[in-house]
Amino acid sequence: MSALPKLALPRVPGLVKGLGVTLKTMVRTLTKGSHTVQYPRVKEAPTPRARGVITLHEDNCTACMLCARECPDWCIYIEGHKYKAPPRRPGGKPRQKNALDRFDIDFALCMYCGICVEVCPFEALFWSPEFEYSEPRIADLLHDKSKLGQWMETVPDFQEYEAGSEAKKLQVPR
Amino acid sequence: MNSALTFAVELAWWQQTSIRAVVGLLAVLLPAGTLVYLFLFKMMSFMQSRLGPMEAGPFGSLQLLAEVGKFLQKEDIIPVKADRIVFKAAPFVVLISTFLLVLVIPAGPDAWFIDVDTGIFLALAVSSISVIGILMAGWASSSKYSLLGGLRAAGQLVAYELPLVLAVMGVVIQAGTLNVQGIVMAQATGEIFGWGGIGNPFIITQFLGFAIFLVAVQAELTQPPFDMPVAESEIVTGYLTEYTGLRFLLFFIGEFATAGIFSALAATLFLGGWYVPGIDPTSDLFNVIGPAILLGKVILVAFLIFWFRFTYPRFREDQLQQLAWKVLIPLSLANIVLTGILKVVF
Amino acid sequence: MTAVSDPRQMAYIAGQASDARVNVEIETEGMTLNIGPQHPATHGTLRIIVKLDGERVVAAEPVMGYMHRGYEKLSEVRTYPQVTTLVNRIDWLGSFANEVPFILAAERLMDVEAPPRAQWIRTALFELSRIANVVLFLGDMGVQLGAVTPVFFAFRDREFVLNQIEAVTGGRFHPNFDRIGGLKDDLPKGWIDETKGVLGRIRTFCDEMEDLVTGNEIFQSRTRGIGVIPADVGLSYGLSGANIRASGVNWDLRRDGGIGLAHDQLDWKVWTHPDGDSFARYWVRLQEVREACDMVDQLLDGIPSGPVMAKVPRIIKVPAGEAYVETENPLGIMGYYVVSKGELVPYRVKIRSASFNNVSITPWLLEGTYVPDVVSILASLYFILGDIDR
Repeated sequence: MSALPKLALPRVPGLVKGLGVTLKTMVRTLTKGSHTVQYPRVKEAPTPRARGVITLHEDNCTACMLCARECPDWCIYIEGHKYKAPPRRPGGKPRQKNALDRFDIDFALCMYCGICVEVCPFEALFWSPEFEYSEPRIADLLHDKSKLGQWMETVPDFQEYEAGSEAKKLQVPR
Repeated sequence: MNSALTFAVELAWWQQTSIRAVVGLLAVLLPAGTLVYLFLFKMMSFMQSRLGPMEAGPFGSLQLLAEVGKFLQKEDIIPVKADRIVFKAAPFVVLISTFLLVLVIPAGPDAWFIDVDTGIFLALAVSSISVIGILMAGWASSSKYSLLGGLRAAGQLVAYELPLVLAVMGVVIQAGTLNVQGIVMAQATGEIFGWGGIGNPFIITQFLGFAIFLVAVQAELTQPPFDMPVAESEIVTGYLTEYTGLRFLLFFIGEFATAGIFSALAATLFLGGWYVPGIDPTSDLFNVIGPAILLGKVILVAFLIFWFRFTYPRFREDQLQQLAWKVLIPLSLANIVLTGILKVVF
Repeated sequence: MTAVSDPRQMAYIAGQASDARVNVEIETEGMTLNIGPQHPATHGTLRIIVKLDGERVVAAEPVMGYMHRGYEKLSEVRTYPQVTTLVNRIDWLGSFANEVPFILAAERLMDVEAPPRAQWIRTALFELSRIANVVLFLGDMGVQLGAVTPVFFAFRDREFVLNQIEAVTGGRFHPNFDRIGGLKDDLPKGWIDETKGVLGRIRTFCDEMEDLVTGNEIFQSRTRGIGVIPADVGLSYGLSGANIRASGVNWDLRRDGGIGLAHDQLDWKVWTHPDGDSFARYWVRLQEVREACDMVDQLLDGIPSGPVMAKVPRIIKVPAGEAYVETENPLGIMGYYVVSKGELVPYRVKIRSASFNNVSITPWLLEGTYVPDVVSILASLYFILGDIDR
């Protein structure tokens, strides 16, 4: 059994010490300011990795539907069609490519888990720390392709890693 | 105001009465509002590392008005099985006690509502009326939580009446009079071992009485650490649980008004009331600045009361009672004996 | 409690509530009081039916399930990464700690071991979530007993820990960072130094709590000798975590269990207290926060370099088998029993949550106590509703 530190018989009774703590905090708040900020006049910036909103880089997306399949809430709606692109070299076969018609994320359902961003094989989805997109109507929380593309501007660059890490820093396509 | 308001003009009886009524209302509500803003909104927030209300008015000073407006527009819900008349009357009974209490406190040598020879006795007697109001609220709500709160309140408030009264006895013995104005004059004109520089505020000799008075006041107001009747984490709000809207506001304002009035009483009995040393106690200047001085002392005493409130957890009911009966009452009796002996000796 | 005057309606309600034994009238002896499910004292929607005699409790019964979300059923139709996301929300205050035993069980089934760097970072985040969780408890117990100030200090200092968790994982409350075979990502630059600064703040907070709460004579008179749990009774009810260590049982899975975290490479001690009362439970948790700060310090000093993810296929199919892994979570012992049939989704996941067992002792414990002590005892047992009901 571990030895108990001696509950020292306080020279100053515990009641008085408690009063000292609250007084000290009050004086500190009056002189140095509180720990809270008056939002929305002052805004604290979240960390770069904060999961605020999901953004789409449309050029990379091939409508493979992996994100829609892996989403636990099924909040991603994708529609695409195949089309024949002209061959790369003259005389070659036309190539079949996917085109993206519709890519909606319903943020009213989204759990902000990040599985979609993670499983995307083509690096088309990114996280952005932007969080101020609340709407008066729930239906407006369905962000369509263009709105998801607009969020790309707010995506910060990936950070450097700590010493000793072997992870490679990725680039955000701009 | 005294029996004949002597201004430049002689006022009619109804004009005097309406002035008295307005001033009386202000005397109750102004300390209540000041205490609510300064201590409940601001001091509590600063002690908790935050800023408190800042939006309504400069630095949130009009927050209380906003809260009053909010309470006024709420639905008036009365439980089906509640005793309607008693339920509705309970807040007013508590408020009557507060209004009667403010009558005895003087704010200047001529600025008083009533000047009776048994002022202190009257004050302590009417302060017990609030117990009835709380019991009425607890019983009439027909809710088990309210019942528990009301019963706890009954036991606690009755138990702490005694240290309150006995602590005041020491002051009365030292002053030699039950008249509140006389007590203030005794402090103003008294001397400490022959030096009359700052008068003789009774807190110096009656510090034990002051401490007991503060603890008893804390319990009379059902503030932490004595807020068993309103223990929020157990019985929601005790006897207040079923009160909504304006009725709750009456209790709320009543609680802070009573805190202000009791602080004023403590300031009058122990700190010298409307008197500051340096000016002749009978001068007319005190009639003008006396209320402001009294308000300042009220804020000082209330600071202590609320400082304890925001720091300590609450006692359990039986520990509360043990504190009252086994500690405070013997201490206050000893205080009385000591004061009596010293009064005879010196 | 609103009353009903129509006798037929009253009979109907009484019949509906007959299994709960709720009395609709006030009796003079044996009053039945419902604490909850909406109540400031219970940490969520827990309902405790107490039968009172004056202010003494004659019998008590917890009624759980108001927050049941069907985790175990959901896990049967969710892939392993999706289940990891969901289990964050069981114990929502120390959320990273929920993922760890599940991931460890899946790793055991796949016969994959996370690289050392991943294990050390995993342990650091595990201990950080313990700090975040228990710091809230230290403040919350004050509120249950009537002191309104400690909980604000707790929230204020907990914010710093949550900011650190957010800097690594992206989520303050639901990190979703553990993966089979390692972690999702590595630490950002500067995180180690920032976290060390935050640990200093937590240590200051612990000292403040000593002055404000444990040293307070009122707090001591409210918690000493209240809710004494003897060690054998506690063990027979399945109590775990700080609750049982406060009764003198020197048992901590971080030291005694063979799990894939880095605790065996650190220098730390297990705190116990012989009394077993509410004060002991508070005191043990206070010391554990300090100990966790020291552990995170050591972990951050000695993180080995290397990869954070072992070689696992992109689409995870766990081979058939069953595994049970339990870890010393902030609330107690949490265990996951994962049965797999070799598919993308688990066949069955059974979650042994700490708070469910911790609450089960309340009928025995609350008998004969006063109503104010009921709140003090429940606060000191420290359960989270999400953990009880899953």
